Amino acid sequence: MRKTKTTRRKFLTLAGGAAMAPIVTLRPSEATPAMLAAAIRNLVGEAPVRPGKVRIDIPPLVENGNTVPMTVSVTSPMTAEDHVKSIHVFNEKNPQPNVGNFYLGPSAGRAQVSTRIRLADSQKVVAIAHLSDDSFWSVSAEVIVTLAACTEEVN
Amino acid sequence: MAALINVPKKARRGDVIEIKTLTSHIMETGFRRTAAGDLVPRDIITSFICRYNGTEIFRADLFPAIAANPYLSFFTIAKESGKFEFEWIGDNGFSSTASASITVE
Repeated sequence: MRKTKTTRRKFLTLAGGAAMAPIVTLRPSEATPAMLAAAIRNLVGEAPVRPGKVRIDIPPLVENGNTVPMTVSVTSPMTAEDHVKSIHVFNEKNPQPNVGNFYLGPSAGRAQVSTRIRLADSQKVVAIAHLSDDSFWSVSAEVIVTLAACTEEVN
Repeated sequence: MAALINVPKKARRGDVIEIKTLTSHIMETGFRRTAAGDLVPRDIITSFICRYNGTEIFRADLFPAIAANPYLSFFTIAKESGKFEFEWIGDNGFSSTASASITVE
């Protein structure tokens, strides 16, 4: 969709831009799956990231990407020997791959955090848990967004 | 800055309790432009810390992908009566604090 090779599209973009300048969104380059992968590599280093243990609760279809409720929980006994050190959330297509880092410990009792996030496009959201034995576990969720956030024009 | 904190007033020792926080902040992403095409500078909360009787129990790094008026909920074990202190730190020297007390029986 983003390849603007066709002259027709270019023409329409230009025409639309001229006619409807106030509502045209100027979007900076978005994060790519490669940036997502790099951000995850930056966190885990060379350690393997295994699927499992982590769960994301996020609506599969949202109308407004400006505020999307999200809960990430990790299956863990949360004892001194075996607990979740941190939870990291990433996205695929916002301008930046990071969403949030959450640091907890055995005193949390339950490895679960909730927040509200922004999504600039329909995309994949990835959560990674860092456990006390330095293993990494992940899960991803696809979200369809009908009104984008982050880069909309300021009124 | 206004903050909303939800912590149970009373808990039994050893209970896992949920703490909910919300603070008012624009969380300007730094990626938006005005109609004139000027980039609006980033203005976000970058860090949140919760301390329970002086000990850090939860910390978060926030990015522009966190929605305006950041909401965070997390859990802790009720160990002793005392105070939860919350701190938000952000761009342009932003700093805000709040607190809530709990009775543990």
